[in-house]
Amino acid sequence: MKILICISQVPDTSTKIVLKDNNTLVNSQGVTFVINPYDEWYALVRALELKESGIANEIHLVTVGKADTEPIIRKALALGGDQAVRIDADSNDPYLTAFYIAEYAKSIGYDLILCGKESIDYNNGIVGAMVAALLDIDYIGFAAGIQIENNVAVVKREIEGGEETDICNLPLVISCQKGVAEARIPNMRGIMAARTRPLNVIAPSVQSPVTAILSYELPPAKAGVKIIKPENMDELVNLLHTEAKVI
Amino acid sequence: MNDIESVKAIKGGEFLIRETAADSVFIPEEWNEEQLMIAETCDNFLAQHVKPYLHRIDEQEEGLMSHLMDEAGALGLLGISVPEEYGGFGKDFKTSMLVTEKLGAGNSFSVAFSAHSGIGTLPILYYGNDAQKQKYIPKLASGEWKGAYCLTEPSSGSDANSGKARAKLSEDGKHYLITGQKMWITNAGFADVFTVFAKIDNDENLSAFIVEKDFEGLTLNSEEHKMGIKGSSTRQVFFNDCKVPVENLLSDRQNGFKIAVNILNIGRMKLGGGTVGASKEVIGLAVRYANEREQFGRAISKYGAIRYKLAQQAILTYASESAVYRASQNMEEATEMLVASGLNETQAKLKGTEQFAIEAAIIKVHSSETLDYVVDEGVQIYGGMGYSAEAPMDRAYRDSRINRIFEGTNEINRMLTVDMMLKRALKGELDLMGPAQKVAGELMSIPDFGSADEETLFSKEKKYIANFKKAILMVAGAAVQKLMTQLGKEQEVLMNLADMLIELYVSESLQLRVEKLVSMCGEDSCKEQLDIMRVYINDAAEKIAKAGKEALNYFAEGDEKRMMLMGLKRYTKTEDINSTQARRNIAAKLITEEKYCF
Repeated sequence: MKILICISQVPDTSTKIVLKDNNTLVNSQGVTFVINPYDEWYALVRALELKESGIANEIHLVTVGKADTEPIIRKALALGGDQAVRIDADSNDPYLTAFYIAEYAKSIGYDLILCGKESIDYNNGIVGAMVAALLDIDYIGFAAGIQIENNVAVVKREIEGGEETDICNLPLVISCQKGVAEARIPNMRGIMAARTRPLNVIAPSVQSPVTAILSYELPPAKAGVKIIKPENMDELVNLLHTEAKVI
Repeated sequence: MNDIESVKAIKGGEFLIRETAADSVFIPEEWNEEQLMIAETCDNFLAQHVKPYLHRIDEQEEGLMSHLMDEAGALGLLGISVPEEYGGFGKDFKTSMLVTEKLGAGNSFSVAFSAHSGIGTLPILYYGNDAQKQKYIPKLASGEWKGAYCLTEPSSGSDANSGKARAKLSEDGKHYLITGQKMWITNAGFADVFTVFAKIDNDENLSAFIVEKDFEGLTLNSEEHKMGIKGSSTRQVFFNDCKVPVENLLSDRQNGFKIAVNILNIGRMKLGGGTVGASKEVIGLAVRYANEREQFGRAISKYGAIRYKLAQQAILTYASESAVYRASQNMEEATEMLVASGLNETQAKLKGTEQFAIEAAIIKVHSSETLDYVVDEGVQIYGGMGYSAEAPMDRAYRDSRINRIFEGTNEINRMLTVDMMLKRALKGELDLMGPAQKVAGELMSIPDFGSADEETLFSKEKKYIANFKKAILMVAGAAVQKLMTQLGKEQEVLMNLADMLIELYVSESLQLRVEKLVSMCGEDSCKEQLDIMRVYINDAAEKIAKAGKEALNYFAEGDEKRMMLMGLKRYTKTEDINSTQARRNIAAKLITEEKYCF
């Protein structure tokens, strides 16, 4: 079984976002980039587990990005990916990203495609579903557990007030969240092997984005907390009415 | 003295008499992708396996530290610089220093790690024969076995060769029987292999032995109650006719003291990396707390008194780090040259390390005293919470203190710094006499009232550093002349000279680092680093002046003293800088980034 893991590069969660060029771009200077945690901790690690238990035999990685994304690709290789492909394009349009990935996946043919439930930068959460649609295969979103047996996936999903189990034949695209696997730390053997594992760069197919980001805005600074003593109920009501405007 | 030679400076101690080119030093901003990935693995390991459990580690929960060492071993972190043929990863010294730095933020864990991978593993790796290495190193590199090192005894600490432990050959000639008591043995509680130093019969010098924990006659005392690093296992180890097979004698008979000293040289340098890592961690904690804690309606990080402390913590740490990696690179280069000249790699590593023993002692002192400053002000920034055992500063403060004591006390290391420098001069390995005479001649001539040279970004600092060298050569030269063989006994003067050398080496390392950084990234993105350099070097000038004055006032007299004091003033003169504004700039960056960010 061949598994494809879609990984994307995102700013480290502790990054302080700074905008530039009249708020049309995010300033990446001084930003530490990491593998999107949902792609790494859940999708990739679950694939490694499937390989370790003999169910999968090859794990491929794909990312859409320019050369500056190669460090995170090599980190994914250090964790245990067998080979990687970088589609040489800069995209923050989910459709375009999905199109590039689907075109590549089509050329190889994968039994299972795993991705994170969303990337923690743009949080669109739709690339996985779009890839499935473009490949015309099934999709299960927000998986919290994945078992594979005899070319059938048993996928657990958390739903309002309970849990759902989906059973679906491969090939399949699954987006992963917490519960699918536990984060791993790359070990020295993996880090040293990463250098020797293939990282191929391919040109993107020709396609146009369907969305464009016009401008960014930082969330307003958090307002301070007002503490009102229990005996001042009138003041509380007044503030809720005039300031918070909730009553 | 001012000629930059085309050959890289690779001789230890030469920094006093030779200028170094900035492009020849290694700076931490040059880590490659693989090294950064290894560093990230260390960070993640601490974040997931160590930091959430510091309290349990300090309580010495049964089996926990040993388990953490297993986890570190599984990630490969215990075999970073062990050759691949012995199950390690064969990485260079700088990379193993980076790992030591990163794991240095792990409090007691970092002590267990350093003891195992340094003094616990290296004696066998560097001095063992092939059979010994085959038997022990793969297990130590994987963490299956844990290592410890037994040198200190109740009555022999700094004077290590005076140990009372004795070994004698058994009647059948198959074993050495070791009897003695070893103290302050890190990792003793869970170690499987001990490198033990003892004198055979009435030998003058120590020999070293590889002792397994199950050898008959080895027993452990209970855990010591310590001020800090409480999670690190520290016990006495007793040897009562402990039966050690003759094939477990490490290296030659009476070679033990040399082993101990050489391993300590590496340990001192590594202590530098570890304490730099701990300092960075504490600065991160301090700046985050200062941003959160509000008093008089504002975060305390907005107040100048706190900003000063944050900036000063970063200045000292950045300076120490510059020296650590400069020396690490030099050691590696020296080793490479020795290998190229035909020496085997192990011998080359030992000789390369020995070559930079002066720098190792300097780094040990500076970095441990930096960490002590950093944790002290860390407690202060935390205020009342700094004194609470609920907050992390309490542990950081207590854990830091040992660094000025172990791996040779800072006093021993200061004396060694001067002693080794002078010995090398006597042996003709370092030409201190020529430059010292030149400075003496310069004293009699008309002072240099500022040069007409074109002013460049680093010209002032380079001039200051060149002058610091003159100041030291002048004071040290006079001390040797006046005190002669008595100098070794005048410890206050040795301390003064050591302080001058330390400030010189660190100032120069810092200046070279910033110069190289500017050449890589441009002046605009190095503003805070330039501020760090200027403040540090200005402060260093005052420290050098004070130490020099104290020494001269003790041993010099009359006109000669007056002339030298005037010379000292001239050689430690710097132009005034606005250090308050510089520290504010440095602090502002820390406060925005909320972490150590240089």
